[in-house]
Amino acid sequence: MKKQAKFGVGIGVIVAAMGFLAWLGYGESKTYYHTIAELEALKGSALSQRMRIGGTVAVGSIRHLSGRVDFVLEGEGKTLPVSYIGTDPLPDTFVDKSQALVEGRPGPDGRFVAEVVQAKCASKYEAAPGGKGGAAASPTERSGM
Amino acid sequence: MDVFGSFALVLAFVCAVYAFGGGIAAIITRHPLLIKSARQAGMATCCLIFLATFSLEYLFFSDNFSIAYVVSHSNRDLATFYKIAALWSGQEGSLLFWSFLLSIYVFSVLIAYRNKNGELMPYVGVVMAGVQIFFLTLNNFVASPFKALAAPGANGMMNYVARADGNGLTPLLQYPEMVIHPPNLYSGYTGFTIPFAFALGALLGRYPGEKWIHLTRKWTMIAWMFQSLGILLGAHWAYAVLGWGGYWGWDPVENASFLPWLTGTAFLHSVMMQEKRGMMKVWNVWLVFITFLLCILGTFLTRSGVVSSVHAFAQSSIGTWFVGFLALIILVCFGAYLKNRDYLKSENQLDSIISRESSFLFNNLILLVSCVAILSGTLFPVFSEWITGDRISVGAPFFNKVNIPIGLLLLFLTGVGPLLAWRKTSTDSLKRNFGWPLAIGLAAGVIALMFGFRQIYSWICLILCVFVASTVGLEFYRGAKVIRARSGASFVTSAVELTMRNTRRYGGYIVHMGMVFVFIGLAGAAFNHDIQKDMRQGDSLQIGPYTLVLQGFDTKPEKNYTAQRLLVEVLRDKKPIMMLYPEKRRFSTTEENGTMVAIYSTLKEDLYVVYAGNSPDTQLPVLHAYLNPLVKWIWFGGVVVVFGTLVALLPNRRAVLVLAGAQQLAVAAQPMAHGLAPSATMREGHD
Repeated sequence: MKKQAKFGVGIGVIVAAMGFLAWLGYGESKTYYHTIAELEALKGSALSQRMRIGGTVAVGSIRHLSGRVDFVLEGEGKTLPVSYIGTDPLPDTFVDKSQALVEGRPGPDGRFVAEVVQAKCASKYEAAPGGKGGAAASPTERSGM
Repeated sequence: MDVFGSFALVLAFVCAVYAFGGGIAAIITRHPLLIKSARQAGMATCCLIFLATFSLEYLFFSDNFSIAYVVSHSNRDLATFYKIAALWSGQEGSLLFWSFLLSIYVFSVLIAYRNKNGELMPYVGVVMAGVQIFFLTLNNFVASPFKALAAPGANGMMNYVARADGNGLTPLLQYPEMVIHPPNLYSGYTGFTIPFAFALGALLGRYPGEKWIHLTRKWTMIAWMFQSLGILLGAHWAYAVLGWGGYWGWDPVENASFLPWLTGTAFLHSVMMQEKRGMMKVWNVWLVFITFLLCILGTFLTRSGVVSSVHAFAQSSIGTWFVGFLALIILVCFGAYLKNRDYLKSENQLDSIISRESSFLFNNLILLVSCVAILSGTLFPVFSEWITGDRISVGAPFFNKVNIPIGLLLLFLTGVGPLLAWRKTSTDSLKRNFGWPLAIGLAAGVIALMFGFRQIYSWICLILCVFVASTVGLEFYRGAKVIRARSGASFVTSAVELTMRNTRRYGGYIVHMGMVFVFIGLAGAAFNHDIQKDMRQGDSLQIGPYTLVLQGFDTKPEKNYTAQRLLVEVLRDKKPIMMLYPEKRRFSTTEENGTMVAIYSTLKEDLYVVYAGNSPDTQLPVLHAYLNPLVKWIWFGGVVVVFGTLVALLPNRRAVLVLAGAQQLAVAAQPMAHGLAPSATMREGHD
């Protein structure tokens, strides 16, 4: 085999293998972003996808219950009841009126079941320099390496 | 002081524009006085930026709460240490800090080469001034840190308004690493401007030869070292402050800092192909361009929050500026490349698949694949919204699936690459160089299997780590043996002597060794586990070999916050070994909370204890304990990487001539000492 062809095959195998792994990882972890208003319009299979929804935590709505935390997200004039069922403690920044991003799936009774909650203080949190930006506003669950 | 600072910034902008325009005029006219004045304008720009930065820092130290930026990021009780860090804790200040660090590099380059490389430097000066103009535009007109709080007074004039106290610094940033992590990372980001300026300058000026690569090698390594250090300090900060038990979450901002590191690493390796064999010239130029683009992109992602700030999170207007600047750089790079690409023709072709060249090629390929995967994963929400209208993000499984095999391949090449010969490697030399290391690595794998090791990736990682460490060890052993036979010195002395004679080669090995340690630490993550429990006073919790007993809690008022601590006694084999104090902090000025993790760290494992708030059912404090094996190796590896880079930056010790043993060589090298840099020529035979 010609040398160039050998290199071509080597490179092709590596790139194809990585592409396949990336596709697997994509299928496993893809998450849709929706607003609260968009969620109401979703139908069928779109409702069973994993999704992220952002909003503001309604004042006085946080209730710590056994095994879960209930609260209400507000945004664009709509509201969404959420149950957080994750095991990690909620971030320090999660308080009334904070901006929160919840990740999970809509439940059958209209409550959104969240496995991850990210939050940042509405008043002043700014992206940390060099280090962690908005998303680092203490997510509750991070499955890194 | 604020007037002084903002005036300095305006003047810096004017000087930078002159350095840019005057520099172009100087290139066209070749007038020596014009060249000199453009260079001096460049230096003046830097000095003025220094002044502006110091005056902002002065405003922090003098608690001047009439300045908006000081009000939002400091308060009277803030520790001195953090008043320095407050400079880069917000948008405006970090952009000024970017300019400041860039100026340190630009100033050093202008001073160091003021009487050298007369053909190339005007081009380099123009590129550097161009980058400075962009950041000074932001500093002056888009995000000025010197804005004063003002209100209309009784006479209708605007007056200064001073607050009694500031809002304080975000608790997340009140941690020692936050004082050193951003400067390191930013030094990396800004540092890659220098190789970029040289590469683009050399291309624009059709500057002959590999000179620009020799000139930029040390600058690239310095930038790379800071970038590495910045990433690891960031990971350590996330580990110690965010309290989720891990150090890397594939967060967009983390990824942003990792991308230029990957291409920068690829560049540091592939330049050797150009130096030794005159190959990959186009590739190298583009690697530098891309690295710089990724640095700007990284700053953009960090500052604008375009990826992480979804819907609810406010987006900043600064993004448009960055997108424009990125587009402009791409345009200039493409233009320069299309115009002068014939000057980048390769002088050689690949000869064999088992050669140093091909190992570099594959090293570059997989670093780039990793970079592309991380970049596309990070920007996936943006692109998917463009293409399908749905905003879709990908998470850790995506990044891990691709990057773990890539990391292992890279680790394999780390061991193999440096010992392959240029052009073609004989079977004999393969046996001689890799026989023992391979045997030792496989033996380690078998032993691990017998001890019940069942994590496939970690198992491969273990074998490779042992293999690479053995190849590096063998190299030092062989070289030191030769020196020892001649000089009779001890083994350690001989190894040091060996390193000092060819710092680039052996410094590189030390860096590789550091990476092996980092990989050992990463492999430990497969065995992490954690446990969470509501604790009454006197209750205990068992994790691994440790028993944690809650002895009590206390409240400790500090200057800037109030800490609630759990007093946790750690026992091992029923013997008390230490106390840990995980904390919850309540910051009085901001009414925000912070978490302080308590860590008991050994080389074998970290015991990581978090006070996770109080249980809603029982009102008891919740203790969350993690057992993370081998994490300490990552930080230790980082230190070794930095040490190795510093070694590689040292000039070679002249004794290399004695080693060569040939009188003629010494004579031949003599006249060169007055002329060209001798180290560059002597390296040739050795690498």
